Amino acid sequence: MIPEVLSRLRFFFQPKPAADLDAELRAHVDHATDANIAAGMSPEEARRRALVEFGSVQAAREQSHKQRPGSSLDTLRQDLRYTLRTLRRDSGFTTIAVLILALGIGANIVVFSLVNTILLRPLPLYQPDRLVSFSRMSNNSGLSGATYSVDAYEDLRAMNHSYADITGYFAFSGPDNIKLTGKGIPQPATAVPVLSNFFHVLGVTPMLGRDFNLDDARNGNLPVALLSYAYWKSQFHADPNIVGKVVSMNDTPVPIVGVMPASFDFGAIFTPGAKVDMFFPQVLNDIRDEGNTLAIFGRLKPRATLPQASAEAVTLFPQLYWNRKQAETKGAYGEGKVTIIKEYVAGQLRRSLYVLWAAVGLILLIVCVNLSNLLIARAATRSKEFALRIALGAGRGRLVRQLLTESTVLSVTGAAFGLGIAYAATGWFAHQGSLALPLLSSLHVDGYVLLWTLLVAIIASVLFGLAPGLKISSGNIQESLKDSGQTASDGRKHEGLRTMLVVSEVALACVLVVGAGLLLRSFLNVLDVDLGFRPAQATSLSLDVPRFITPDKKFDSERQNAFFRNVVSEVSTVPGVDKVGITDSLPFSLNRTWGPPGLRGVQYGDKSVPDPRPSPFIYVISPGYFAAMGTPVHGRDIAWSDNDQSGLVMVINQKAAQFLFPNQDAVGRLVDFSGQKDVRIVGVVPDVHETDLEADPGWQVYLSIVQKAWGPSATHLVLRSDLAPTAYASAVMEKIRTINPSQPRVDFLPIQSYVNHATSPRRFFAVLVGVFAALGVVLASLGIYGVISYSVTRQTQEIGIRMALGATRERVQRAVIGKTLRLAVSGIVVGTGASFLVAKAISSMLFATQPTDPVTFAAMVLLLLTVAFFAGYLPGRRASRIDPMVALRSN
Amino acid sequence: MPPSTDLLQGTLDVLILNTLELQPMHGWGIANRIQQVSNNVLQIGQGSLYPALHRLEYKGWIRSDWGISENNRKAKFYALTAAGKKQFLAELRQWERLSTAIGLVLNATPEVET
Repeated sequence: MIPEVLSRLRFFFQPKPAADLDAELRAHVDHATDANIAAGMSPEEARRRALVEFGSVQAAREQSHKQRPGSSLDTLRQDLRYTLRTLRRDSGFTTIAVLILALGIGANIVVFSLVNTILLRPLPLYQPDRLVSFSRMSNNSGLSGATYSVDAYEDLRAMNHSYADITGYFAFSGPDNIKLTGKGIPQPATAVPVLSNFFHVLGVTPMLGRDFNLDDARNGNLPVALLSYAYWKSQFHADPNIVGKVVSMNDTPVPIVGVMPASFDFGAIFTPGAKVDMFFPQVLNDIRDEGNTLAIFGRLKPRATLPQASAEAVTLFPQLYWNRKQAETKGAYGEGKVTIIKEYVAGQLRRSLYVLWAAVGLILLIVCVNLSNLLIARAATRSKEFALRIALGAGRGRLVRQLLTESTVLSVTGAAFGLGIAYAATGWFAHQGSLALPLLSSLHVDGYVLLWTLLVAIIASVLFGLAPGLKISSGNIQESLKDSGQTASDGRKHEGLRTMLVVSEVALACVLVVGAGLLLRSFLNVLDVDLGFRPAQATSLSLDVPRFITPDKKFDSERQNAFFRNVVSEVSTVPGVDKVGITDSLPFSLNRTWGPPGLRGVQYGDKSVPDPRPSPFIYVISPGYFAAMGTPVHGRDIAWSDNDQSGLVMVINQKAAQFLFPNQDAVGRLVDFSGQKDVRIVGVVPDVHETDLEADPGWQVYLSIVQKAWGPSATHLVLRSDLAPTAYASAVMEKIRTINPSQPRVDFLPIQSYVNHATSPRRFFAVLVGVFAALGVVLASLGIYGVISYSVTRQTQEIGIRMALGATRERVQRAVIGKTLRLAVSGIVVGTGASFLVAKAISSMLFATQPTDPVTFAAMVLLLLTVAFFAGYLPGRRASRIDPMVALRSN
Repeated sequence: MPPSTDLLQGTLDVLILNTLELQPMHGWGIANRIQQVSNNVLQIGQGSLYPALHRLEYKGWIRSDWGISENNRKAKFYALTAAGKKQFLAELRQWERLSTAIGLVLNATPEVET
């Protein structure tokens, strides 16, 4: 077997000289002649008989040639050469076909890359399908409701039977939460404290240096740091000897123990849209009394199954304490839920991605229909060529093969360009750091994507090449040869099929437009949601707060209060800055919840009825924060005079006020809150959408930054100004530095960017589907234009006759446009029906928009009719310009 | 003219290999020899002889060289290669098995119903 293949390969690359065969055949005839002469014939007769006996020399030669290895490649090469020649000759057609295919296939590759990256590709962790994330059965309180206390974590780790180990990270570390000091102006960086077994449980090994160990996280040990790959490259120029070097962070020397590999992007997996520069080992005792702070994950034991783990979570979680020092906090977590980590990271996007996938599938269908149409039009003009070839002995299979070669060449060329488009698009998406989509940074064109491209190209070429191919080769030769091609009835036989194709194309475009319209309206409705503050013109920056210590090593709240007051008043003097305030957290960023405020003596819920009050989100703010955020206050703002000497005060949102004091004014009333008695409500503010624009807002409680009881820890300075941040940034930084020289250089982030971050997934999908819909409409209009334009060309004579008989230009034009609109209307009727079904299917993705939204449907009909009108108008005008004399004479 | 016998597909290859097993031969010689040996029953059409020769050569079972024939003409001589010899023996065994089997079927006495 193998020697045979080798021999064939040898002859493939070293063919026998062509003259050999001829000489051999000649020799054969000569020998036969000799034999005949020997048998007594005359030389002439001998040669004649020899030739007769031999038969067709040409046939023997061709048959022998066909045995050659790779002779089927020859056919392919012939077909390819012919195809390239014809396509080059018809460069207009080729350009359009390749362009259409490139767009269609490119869109498919981009979406497949997204699906592949976010849904299909396993996470860059060891056996990611054995890793689970933990959550509560009921969660309505933001990040605090998705995290656990240290006591709960430790109990869970000790009591479970399903997990090899459980780990977690500190979920409340904000961006730019540390500063690199020691070299000039401090540089901000983002660090995430993780449990010391975090990387071990996830199964990620540092690329350089070592993983954290238990010692690193022991009380009182000096901190160490692991760098992310990106930060190592950018900040330390990929220094190969980084391990062991000591870097000054927050004025503390921190040795670097290792660098994580490039494949592990913490932000991409756990905090989409945010970068993480380094990791610290979390000392558990440091955060034991800070409540729910840990996002936790477990690795299943080799034998444990997910259903077992789920069942265990239901019974085990109610036994956990929020804080073991408070016996009544047992059961605070209710029943637990486990989710495979991939589902936890990407599960919410599954539906959106499938919709995108379906949308590009529709695009590909439209592309194929369009090309089918173009090819049929081309085939009509080539039908005589093919009839002639059949008459001369070409097999039908051979002709179909030739046509399929043609469509494959087109689609492979299209796919190559499409790949280029996709390469650029995925590269661009991967660098959209602010897009809150998980794993986006690892988006790239990989082997699977290339395979998919090939598959799509082949499917496309068969889809759009086979129909015209079969149609041509099955045509009646005689008819084609007789059909003069210029008469009024020419090629009508193709018209039915082409009309059907265009109608289906319009219908597909309808579905796309309605889907995109509904998603776009949902997106606009989301943007229209009353946020409870006005993000425009508001800017925030991370404020560094020095540690104020009294001589006897206690927290010096007096000096800290003076610092806050100083910063606000000084920054207010900067020209152009209107309002200034300080807060410890911002909407749509990290958030935390505490137990809800309540009236003394009122029992909210009991054993049988759960507490109806949601846990409120907490903001510890300075005076001026509401003004800077653009939030109107009923009652009064928190004042600098609301300090430890005066009584405790709070501002609450309308929803909370309404619940606590139905139909009464809450201002001036007293509540108990967070272990403090008689906290006076001094103001009521509108509900703020805290974590999700699309969900109902919860409760919010605003507390005074200068009252020690709330544990003030401000991090954000909020400014309101009519000017762009660049106009006042340096002046503001200067003012802050005169008060606190260690303030690092930080970015001025528009508050709008927090909102945009929260809406970015919806924007992303709405825009992509919108782009695909636009593509669909353009393709459909091209299809309509192609068919109508072709039929006008074909009917030139007929139109000429009509005009000669008295038809006016307007009438001719009206007839063409009418025909176009009839096509479009049939497509729209079919498409509207299909759109209803599709809209129903995506209804769960819509926000404040009905699947039958009449505006969207009306807009779709109007859009497609308009597009169809213009697609018909151009050929119509051409038809009306036909000169009857020229048209009639032209044959 | 003797009745032409359609050669079973693949049989021609065995016949050619068999003929070449004796000595290298050129195309006409092969055809002539098969015809003679089979008492003119098997006539090889040139339309199938040369494609078959080329096929066998491409498979590496025979090789070809230009030489001078017995009546002083330039001719292409085909010779069996080692692989060709092995193939011939294999095909021969196959053929014997097949013909024995066919013989058995054809010579079986029909069972007479009593």
